Amino acid sequence: MQHNKPLAVLAAKGRLLAMEAVYTAASGHIGGSLSAMDILATLYGEVMRVDPQNPADPNRDRFVLSKGHCTPALYPILALRGFFPTADLNLFRSVEGHMSGHAEMRHVKGVDMSTGSLGQGISAAVGMAMAGKLDGKDYRVYALLGDGELGEGQVWEASMAASKYKLDNLTAIVDVNGLQIDGPTAEVMPVEPIDAKFAAFGWHVIKADGHDFDSLRAAFKEASETKGSPAVILAKTVKGKGVSYMEDVADWHGKAPGDEAYETARAELEAALARLEA
Amino acid sequence: MAEKMATREAYGRAIAELGKTDPDIVVLDADLSKTTMTKFFSDAVPERFFNMGIAECNMTSVAAGMAACGKKPFVNTFAMFAAGRAWEQVRNSICYPELNVKVIGSHGGLSVGEDGATHQCAEDFSLMRVLPGMTVLCPCDANEMREAVKALVAYDGPAYMRLGRLPVETVTDTFPHYKFEIGKGVVLRDGTDVTIVACGMHVQMTLQAAKILAEQGVSAQVIDMHTIKPLDEALLVEAAKKTGAVVVTEEHNVIGGLGAAVAECLSTQYPVPVIRHGVQDEFGRSGKAMAVLEAYGLTVDVLVERALRAVAAKK
Repeated sequence: MQHNKPLAVLAAKGRLLAMEAVYTAASGHIGGSLSAMDILATLYGEVMRVDPQNPADPNRDRFVLSKGHCTPALYPILALRGFFPTADLNLFRSVEGHMSGHAEMRHVKGVDMSTGSLGQGISAAVGMAMAGKLDGKDYRVYALLGDGELGEGQVWEASMAASKYKLDNLTAIVDVNGLQIDGPTAEVMPVEPIDAKFAAFGWHVIKADGHDFDSLRAAFKEASETKGSPAVILAKTVKGKGVSYMEDVADWHGKAPGDEAYETARAELEAALARLEA
Repeated sequence: MAEKMATREAYGRAIAELGKTDPDIVVLDADLSKTTMTKFFSDAVPERFFNMGIAECNMTSVAAGMAACGKKPFVNTFAMFAAGRAWEQVRNSICYPELNVKVIGSHGGLSVGEDGATHQCAEDFSLMRVLPGMTVLCPCDANEMREAVKALVAYDGPAYMRLGRLPVETVTDTFPHYKFEIGKGVVLRDGTDVTIVACGMHVQMTLQAAKILAEQGVSAQVIDMHTIKPLDEALLVEAAKKTGAVVVTEEHNVIGGLGAAVAECLSTQYPVPVIRHGVQDEFGRSGKAMAVLEAYGLTVDVLVERALRAVAAKK
């Protein structure tokens, strides 16, 4: 698995920074950020064409965090890729800075769309992909959604439009961790079968293990090779991944750890990073 | 014979014309292109026209994504759905990130007529005006609309513009000094006893009312306030100082619209009596357009009466 080491290290560092940011802010969405971290590491570490020195390059690939609350995943990855100093994360959710709780394009370098209100990001990504087609540009657009977010009707409006305009330059990724704020997605509002739903809307559906870099890499490759329709990667993940007591616990959706819980989490995540770098 | 044309038609023709030469203009509609008049654009520039179907929320956020990639999107549907149904998308996808999207609300006000209350939007100015950074326009005739469309294409930022369904007489081109600029009201008639501030087709109504008032010995100043936000506060204060009484007339709820904006401005900067002539916090109903307007008191006669009341209220 040596070839996956750079991505694994990036994700492990991202998890540590995410935990620290949420702990420092005493606020933030840690559970879904930990489930999405390996997906974001794969995108920014390998898949996407971006240049931290030129974040507004019109030819860059775009990423829309449609599950806009998972800034504790996005901001650390952007910082680790060099879009801004990791020290900026100390002001996560602080009125003193611009590291807003939900993704914010006007002040955070590398963020391509402001999001937070669920369901709107995927539509914006559709618009970006349509603009790319119109301009004859070869950039690709990626949008990350939560499985709970699929409850928003706008997601399906956007899905119809993406299919109508044959947006094969658009890849959606669903972070299927099976949990939302109030509990299991299957109980709050059953959304399965997600694959059949997207297929019925004209999308090419790819399944992946959201914590296996080989699986994610292959999924992104298949998505980029899909012609004539948008592709969606259903990435099976574990909410709270990497912290033993947070894994698969809905309660950690939007809660910050206290002192003791933080120390436990930090120790686990540091140990994981040390194992990778050994 | 003056030109008579609905502002929606003037808009449709103008955006089609400008779209031919500006490759960044894109037009989106939600299955209403024949009636919002974006069909002129889809005929002229089909490759940059996108029919997004009956899905206004998606259309609005899609436009935001296009703007984030340098396009100049104009999204079109009825005012009710542009400003109402998709309000939160306008707020969070467009205004908060300060994206260059023009939201066009056709069929504003009660003059939609027969379709009734679900389609008669008398709340759009209020809904759009409350959004930080939003510009809100309501041109009164075809000439002003053509100027407004040009100005909106040149303006980089979020904006909302209301269009009307009914054909209306073109009046602004008869004033030699007339000049359109976003955020600048135009004095169409000078007067000393009362100022009447109007937007949309109430401008034409106000010009008629001023004539009737003159016959009764009341000198009314008429301001065409095509821009509801940012409001031309300097002009309003100057007018209040001059006439000492203000009437605001609009096809909108008296809560939250142009009348409310004028009252907010003058109450803090130069308090004078302000009477708001508009829809009195009610829903509309079906009927022939002119009959509906009459049923809600949106007529020249009622406006004249309100102006006299404003004059009487002066200290």
